[in-house]
Amino acid sequence: MTWDIFVALLAATVLAGTPLLYATMGELVTERSGVLNLGVEGMMIMGAFFAFIVQFKTGNPWLAVLAAGLGAGGMGLLHGVVCLIFQGNQTVSGLALTIFGVGLSDYLGAPFIGEKTVGFQPFDIPLLSDVPFFGPVFFQHDPLVYLSYVLPWAVMWFFRRTSLGLALCASGESPEAVRAVGLDPVRMRWLGIFAGAFLVGVGGAYLSLCATHMWTHNLSAGKGWIAVALVIFAFWRPHRAMLGAYLFGGIMALQLRLQALGTTIPSSLMMMLPYLLTILALLFSSARGKGRSAPAALGENISPGA
Amino acid sequence: MRFLNYAAACLAVCGMALAPMASSAHAEDAAKKIKVGFIYVSPVGDEGWSWTHDQGRKMMDAMPDVETTMMESVPEGPDAERAIKNMCTKGYNVIVATSFGYMDAMAKLAKRYPDITFLHCSGYKHSDNMTCYFGRMYQARYLTGMVAGAMTKKNEIGYVASFPIPEVVRGINAFTLGVRAVNPEAKVRVVWTRTWYSPDDEKKAAEGLLDVGVDVIAQHQDSAGPQTAAEARGAYSVGYNTDMSSAAPKAHLVAAVWDWNRFYNKFIDEYRAGTWKNGNYWYGIGDGIVDISAYGDMVPADVRAKVDAVKADIISGRYKVFTGPVKDQEGKVRVAEGQVAPDDMLLSMDWFVEGVIGTTK
Repeated sequence: MTWDIFVALLAATVLAGTPLLYATMGELVTERSGVLNLGVEGMMIMGAFFAFIVQFKTGNPWLAVLAAGLGAGGMGLLHGVVCLIFQGNQTVSGLALTIFGVGLSDYLGAPFIGEKTVGFQPFDIPLLSDVPFFGPVFFQHDPLVYLSYVLPWAVMWFFRRTSLGLALCASGESPEAVRAVGLDPVRMRWLGIFAGAFLVGVGGAYLSLCATHMWTHNLSAGKGWIAVALVIFAFWRPHRAMLGAYLFGGIMALQLRLQALGTTIPSSLMMMLPYLLTILALLFSSARGKGRSAPAALGENISPGA
Repeated sequence: MRFLNYAAACLAVCGMALAPMASSAHAEDAAKKIKVGFIYVSPVGDEGWSWTHDQGRKMMDAMPDVETTMMESVPEGPDAERAIKNMCTKGYNVIVATSFGYMDAMAKLAKRYPDITFLHCSGYKHSDNMTCYFGRMYQARYLTGMVAGAMTKKNEIGYVASFPIPEVVRGINAFTLGVRAVNPEAKVRVVWTRTWYSPDDEKKAAEGLLDVGVDVIAQHQDSAGPQTAAEARGAYSVGYNTDMSSAAPKAHLVAAVWDWNRFYNKFIDEYRAGTWKNGNYWYGIGDGIVDISAYGDMVPADVRAKVDAVKADIISGRYKVFTGPVKDQEGKVRVAEGQVAPDDMLLSMDWFVEGVIGTTK
């Protein structure tokens, strides 16, 4: 493998990792507030659809990103209605949301299959894009990629340095404690669900606006599920989620290039790599240790007035 | 538990509402008409494989004595059997299914419904009321390979391939023989995506090949993802299924294309007249069912003339693709000098010819 191929591989890694990064960060925010949402796949594909349709009708990619976030956020609110108002089972509600989202996007999107959109085009960041190695790897992409670089650090700052972020994380650890200081943990969880779903939707928007520039069925193709696993791999910490997303993106990009270079490893085995890595990541993460555990109240509903 | 029941009910309702059924049935005079139902594996709006068949369906639907329906994106497996059976019970006279994985379900139902004519594309099972039909796409692949071989500057060509099955392997081999007939130095690098229609994966696979240094991209899927990747990098592309030049106007050299209208036209005429014979049909470029598209502007006149001459020879039978000597990747002679590979060999091909970089596993 030559240097040029290596640099191209890393650039492809960033591109393949970006939708995973948004979706993982979204699910991470939701889970830190104490709500498990297995509807990531459904919200992501609906985000991709909302982004496509708004881009298709208005031609404005930023409006499309907003629509994707709000649309997926709206689906997240459905999860909130089930789990926060009616105390429903979070696992079941999330799974239903995935099946619903995948089906609905197929139904609504059927007339548009194969339609192309402009979406975002790559633009080189002046000066930075000329830096050897770092330029081509990080700074010759589209705007949603650049935004994703800031995201983990912004989320980390929100968790650690803002009172709202601290209250949100506390709602995932001990809702009673939040209530004891006079705050409403249910409200924090609404925020966690909506903000998380919004980010998942932006990850979906990346798929239709940047990756394919078109609408087709099954655009998310299981990326939402990888995001759910990546949250566990990341031990619920934003900067590790970034690492995980790029690790997965890298595996996907690497297997294609190994094939192109003429490896004799059967393609069926190469295709397994990302999923094999998912299982390994889960095994690795199950070795509990300091700072590795899930939010203590994750998946537990808060009974009203308790 | 109450919620579980509720959720299950919701899902069931969604499932029913979202079944991808599109119908152009005109119920009032259904009795007199020939009812033809189509089952597709991918969406028809993709300008790919299913689209080429749906052109034939639309053509039939325009005939006053024919009515058609179609179901798209039907997964291979139990769902396909249900979809085909559903059409059987609704009075369809002819059922057309166009993906390899539908074969066993069709053969089973053909036994149960002897009055219905079953047409299955790309398989090998046939009976008194079931036809298997396909085209010798490898002939067109050979010709597109000649164009690619003449146009590559780096002598490195990439091929984004779907699944390692004989049809696809045969296409890659024919393409490579065409490439090396005009450019013995050139190599064809293969990347498998294990998808039939996933524009993102197929585009990424093409980008991987371009990163490694190929300057022409060919493919065997239903999306134009590889073409858009070639266009963006200033490389050339060879299309499949349909022209695909709209996806990559600057990159498009030529494409290996299907024209199923000819088959469906012939079928419906003979069916109407009562002369249609079910059997095994493998149509060549001479039947017009497979062909090559118009050339891109950059393809020079001498290359076009050379390719057109070989095309004429294939049509007249003077030249046959897979005429020996054909060597495999290890250099072993698979087809001896002067021999032509028999159809059995073509239909079970699981080895690459010399000049391919990649594995059939």
